[in-house]
Amino acid sequence: MVGKRLRIAVMSLAMGLWSVMAWANYSWNFPTPATPIATDTLHVHNKFMIIAMIIFFVVLGIMIFSIFNHRKDKGFKAATFTGPSTAKQVIWTLAPFALLLYIDFILMGIPAYHSVVMMEDTKNGADMVLKVTGMQWRWQYEYMDGYAKGIKFVSNLATPQDQIDNKAPKGEHYLLEVDEPVILPVNKKVRVILTSNDVIHTWWVPQFGVARDAIPGFLRETWVKIEQPGTYRGQCKELCGKGHGFMPVVVNAVSEDEFKKWADAKRAELATASAGADKTWSKEDLISHGKEVYEKNCAVCHQLDGKGVPPAFPPLAGSKVINGPIFDKDGKLIANSHLDRVLNGKNVMPAWKALLNDVDIASVVTYERNSFGNTMGDMLQPAQVKALR
Amino acid sequence: MSTATTTATHDHSHHDHHAPSGVMRWLTTTNHKDIGTMYLTFALVMFLVGGTMILGVRAELFKPGLQLMKPEFFNQLIGVHALVMIFAALMPAATGFANWMLPLQLGAPDMALPRLNNWGFWLLPPAAILLTAPFTLALFGIGDGAVATGWTLYAPLSVQGGIGVDFAIFSVHLLGISSVLGSINIIVTIFNMRAPGMTLFKMPLFAWGWLITAFLLIATIPVLAGAVTMLLTDRHFGTHFFDAAGGGDPILFQHLFWFFGHPEVYILLLPVWGFIPHILSAFSRKPVYGYKAQVYSFWAIGILSVVVWAHHFFTVGMPVPALLYFMYSTMSISLPLAVLFFCWIATMWKGSMSFETPMLFATGWIILFGIGGLTGLVLADVAADAQYHHSYFVVAHFHYTLFAGGIMGIMAGVYFWLPKMTGYMYSEKLGKLHFWMTAIAFNMTFIPQFFLGLAGMPRRIPDYALQFAEFNMISSIAAFILGLSQLILVYNIVSCVRGKGEKAKDNPWEGAQGLEWTLPSPPPYHSFTEQPVVK
Repeated sequence: MVGKRLRIAVMSLAMGLWSVMAWANYSWNFPTPATPIATDTLHVHNKFMIIAMIIFFVVLGIMIFSIFNHRKDKGFKAATFTGPSTAKQVIWTLAPFALLLYIDFILMGIPAYHSVVMMEDTKNGADMVLKVTGMQWRWQYEYMDGYAKGIKFVSNLATPQDQIDNKAPKGEHYLLEVDEPVILPVNKKVRVILTSNDVIHTWWVPQFGVARDAIPGFLRETWVKIEQPGTYRGQCKELCGKGHGFMPVVVNAVSEDEFKKWADAKRAELATASAGADKTWSKEDLISHGKEVYEKNCAVCHQLDGKGVPPAFPPLAGSKVINGPIFDKDGKLIANSHLDRVLNGKNVMPAWKALLNDVDIASVVTYERNSFGNTMGDMLQPAQVKALR
Repeated sequence: MSTATTTATHDHSHHDHHAPSGVMRWLTTTNHKDIGTMYLTFALVMFLVGGTMILGVRAELFKPGLQLMKPEFFNQLIGVHALVMIFAALMPAATGFANWMLPLQLGAPDMALPRLNNWGFWLLPPAAILLTAPFTLALFGIGDGAVATGWTLYAPLSVQGGIGVDFAIFSVHLLGISSVLGSINIIVTIFNMRAPGMTLFKMPLFAWGWLITAFLLIATIPVLAGAVTMLLTDRHFGTHFFDAAGGGDPILFQHLFWFFGHPEVYILLLPVWGFIPHILSAFSRKPVYGYKAQVYSFWAIGILSVVVWAHHFFTVGMPVPALLYFMYSTMSISLPLAVLFFCWIATMWKGSMSFETPMLFATGWIILFGIGGLTGLVLADVAADAQYHHSYFVVAHFHYTLFAGGIMGIMAGVYFWLPKMTGYMYSEKLGKLHFWMTAIAFNMTFIPQFFLGLAGMPRRIPDYALQFAEFNMISSIAAFILGLSQLILVYNIVSCVRGKGEKAKDNPWEGAQGLEWTLPSPPPYHSFTEQPVVK
């Protein structure tokens, strides 16, 4: 009876595993390389893996031979050698040493040397510079030179929370999709400069074969030269807090022409947005735009309902800071007021003035003062924010 | 000599009459076997605690989406799992064996510094409580849970973290003090308490492995203690060791941490490398091959282990010469390791082997640790490391070295010495079942993780993209089988301790050599009241 149950259990487990195997889209190696570094890395990896496997199976083979033949139950009488004492035994013992000397420093060491030198050569022949700033938990991109010089934007996870919470079916690029991918021209050597605003992040796109840390207060660099147009996806890979699994990197590689077209369009879009700071906004418009900004940028810590996750992330609902004045009677910004916190940050709170434009900041502040049960009733105009820059 | 013997005998009877009983016996004991037993029991309990934590993690990773826990809690589980497994399971298990076996193997009555020994152990439970208390405190609304930075405590994330980090810092301090005390005791015991005639080069390899481990601990634990203290002052007293804004450098923490962290790997492995050759020799009925070659390899690895640390963070960006130096020095660790592998296999070669549970574990250990070692060699390559680093490839790699190379090695030791320690034989059938379940489930858990890493799945993420789903599901199922299989180990140990099963002979293993097998099973309360003479 028990045996039968066990058999059924084992069978169903096996069938379950088999069904998983049947539809799986397994990947056994690095993804298709898209840059010279990734191609090189793949070759080095394949070569090293083959070497490692040969060593493994040869040694395993010797062991298995011994396990099957030198057994007590086969009546094999144990030898008594302790070695290495004779010259022959010393040579035998040093053989693996010598073999690995050759493998480490010639067979593996020489190609590895060339790969490292190539990987670290960020400056020679670089066509453009992209600055990447990591922060909890999004990436900011800034074009430092070339046609797109001056363009700067933040790239957030685009996967809706409902998909993460299993309330909606997951999309094809679940967790690997962003609202604004970074656009790069193909066949240009892009020098990528990295830094961070808070903790250490790692910018990683597997198909590029590069991963480099973004370190607060320091600049680090790497480079990519994408050979084929397409969308390339990656993730942060240094533990950076609760949102670590939710800050993807998406790069769209396009032709030179398309890159220029995109840069023109993007510049126009940014200009319109900053022009918005000069007009007077209605409270309704500020609140509705502010809600969008809030959900994209603030909700990850302060939560959609404004309740926060105390003590790390304080609630906005009923907050003394939010339900207090912003400007003193002379019209000066009060230190540690609502707007001061948003603009300049404090502790874990980032300084949003570097990340959001005047309209976004004015809207989100207005939204927060009039939501989650906060009833300040006032509003902040983008022009007031602009005046503080 | 004869005076010493008389005194020892007198002590023995004295102790039997007046030893405190109950809890006080364990709190005040200075006996190396009692303390060894406490270390081993503590290690087993914490092994199960750490295992339960990671089963929570594997359950969450069973399929994409957040099912069971918030990312904050997930991050706490992974970090505390690692700290518990390394500091509270693997290290105390090795120290437990050192306490139990070194006096027996060296022909000593006890460890050299028995009171220090007692203190060394009793620092551990408070450390474990400190480490895990924030979980409980969070339930009562105090703080936001345990340390959520991963076991590496990287600044600035750890500067930013909640009270869990402070608890972890003090826990690490206590664990560190305990390790240093234990190390001092072991070094003094090995240098001073050996039986007449037992020269250093006649010691069992276990003593050699532990001697080098002890030196490594004394050399590197203070660096870790310094690093976490700097972290503490950065957190609370306004220093800027790891803050660029004040002239510090976050990467300094990584250098300090891994200056300890890399030798730590060998601290965990050297004791195992010490006793595995003796197990291989016992069940091959053939002497250890290349004893001196192994000792020299231990030294070589011990020395190399303190000069390769930066290979743990190649992606932070270093000058090319530094990258090349750390790459080549890391690769060179494979040279002495190759000699060790050769000696292990040569010990089995042309032996008359039988495969009782300890031998099964030892054999499986060579193969699986081999996979860990070879993937480590591949990881040394800086360019490809950009892909492997902090991906599941690394997770799989270090579980092959630390679970297979560490814990499965310890299990070989448990089955080898359990009859000696308890006086009863475990069930060979259940022991073998435990081995096969562990070995198969372990590979099913971690082989998929190699492929996950290659495909681009970062470690320490609570949720993942859909292309990683199938391998994660297999890995999670196997992890639960692996976890549940360990209950067989618990059953085997408990039934030996309770005296179920056959009585063990003084030497239950046909081919086992060494002084510990000359004593009765279980050995008397004071091991060698009369010093044996080694020829």
